[in-house]
Amino acid sequence: MNAELEKVFALSEDVVAREIEGELILVPLAAGMGDADDELYTLNETGRAIWALLDGKRSLAEVVGALAAEYDAPAGEIKADVQGLVAELSRRKMLVEAG
Amino acid sequence: MEDFISRRSLAGAALWQGRAPRLRSLSIELTERCDNACQHCYINLPREDAAAQQAELSTEEWKRILSEAAGLGCLGLRITGGEPLLREDFADLYLHARRLGLKVSLFTNARNLTPEIVDLLRRVPPLAKIQITVYGMSAETYEAVSCAPGSYEQFRQGLERLLEAGVPFLVKSVELPHNRHEMEAFHAWAATLPGAEPLTGITYQLDQRAHRDSPARMALIERLRMPPEELAAKLLAEPVAGRDMLELASRWGGSSAALLPCGAGGCAEPQVDAYGWLHACTLLRAPELAYNLRAGTLADALQRHFPRFGAMKNENPLHQARCGRCFLRDLCESCAAKAWMETGQLDGIVEYHCQVTHAIARRLGLLAEEEYSWEVTDGVERAAQLLQEGR
Repeated sequence: MNAELEKVFALSEDVVAREIEGELILVPLAAGMGDADDELYTLNETGRAIWALLDGKRSLAEVVGALAAEYDAPAGEIKADVQGLVAELSRRKMLVEAG
Repeated sequence: MEDFISRRSLAGAALWQGRAPRLRSLSIELTERCDNACQHCYINLPREDAAAQQAELSTEEWKRILSEAAGLGCLGLRITGGEPLLREDFADLYLHARRLGLKVSLFTNARNLTPEIVDLLRRVPPLAKIQITVYGMSAETYEAVSCAPGSYEQFRQGLERLLEAGVPFLVKSVELPHNRHEMEAFHAWAATLPGAEPLTGITYQLDQRAHRDSPARMALIERLRMPPEELAAKLLAEPVAGRDMLELASRWGGSSAALLPCGAGGCAEPQVDAYGWLHACTLLRAPELAYNLRAGTLADALQRHFPRFGAMKNENPLHQARCGRCFLRDLCESCAAKAWMETGQLDGIVEYHCQVTHAIARRLGLLAEEEYSWEVTDGVERAAQLLQEGR
């Protein structure tokens, strides 16, 4: 098992996630989270499905497993998507590794 | 690899694609008190006004309103005044708003940007540039407007602190007889500031007192106004302003008796004043149109109170005969809010704005000398013709 997939991630306290009219909007709270200091972020459908499972309890492997059970997509593709989103959100300091 | 995450800006972005939340943005006036005493200001009360301070919403009342706003989907919050930084609970309220996920636009004179406040704005950025009004480029000029000794030095200090901390801000100004000679220097200086953008924040048209609270102050504002001819020339000197105005005139939709054709009843950005009254916009202060948030909720105001504004009609025959038939209406600064501020009547006529608009129209060639817009039956065609001719 890839050690990376054993990691558990949670939403950083430095971001506020808001669901408004069907959009998931991430509002940075601390400085230096985005490319500019005046922007908000939204997640696409795939991103939101992954995001919902990043609860600070499930490992990434469990997130991949849960998504594979729900969606009709090759496991390799799901794994790449999960790792891609986690990398992007981590780069923006919106996700942190839990405990 | 997919792009899971998209950057979005509130400004101009079609974030909602037709599914807009019930409240997109809210403006809050934390206090009407100010440490400046600018002669032209439409809302300021003395900093020491104990009665005003006593009547202001408490910290908890503001927090309740902000939380409800966020619950209704609000993303943008404008914090203004008076001088909002005079509130001792500013940091507490600011943090509450940001933790709710609100993007904050702060309007200030910068005098109270203490090291602690600047550090807060650096650590928890507002996500919108702080907007600072600059009244002059020298202490003498600045304080001739602010009427507050020592205010220039404090403003410069606040600005320096923002610069040192790298907190983004923009500057704006209001052109008055006192500082007119320094406007060129102001523009030149503003262009040297980090992240400088083309200046759009120069106020030329002074509004009357929002609460009609002082005949003497209102008379003073009247005297400070730029003569209509001079103002028309100033406004038309802005790049493409003439073309934009011709386009507005060419799109006039015909006679209307609607009291609020701007759609204020739709409440694009309502404003909560310092005492908990919700107004349909920043300027619409007529008490009979306000909603008391101390006794009700934002949701109730949006659902039941404001929608009735759409059906309100203008009942002043003179207004109907003039403004109601004016093809220059969309060029004119007048509206029900300003009419109330000027005349005490929502359907009053603001002669100053009418004179400015007519001066603009004559310069554009839309009206002949001695001709009035409400007498003209082919105004739209005139505007279209001038546009075609590339005027």
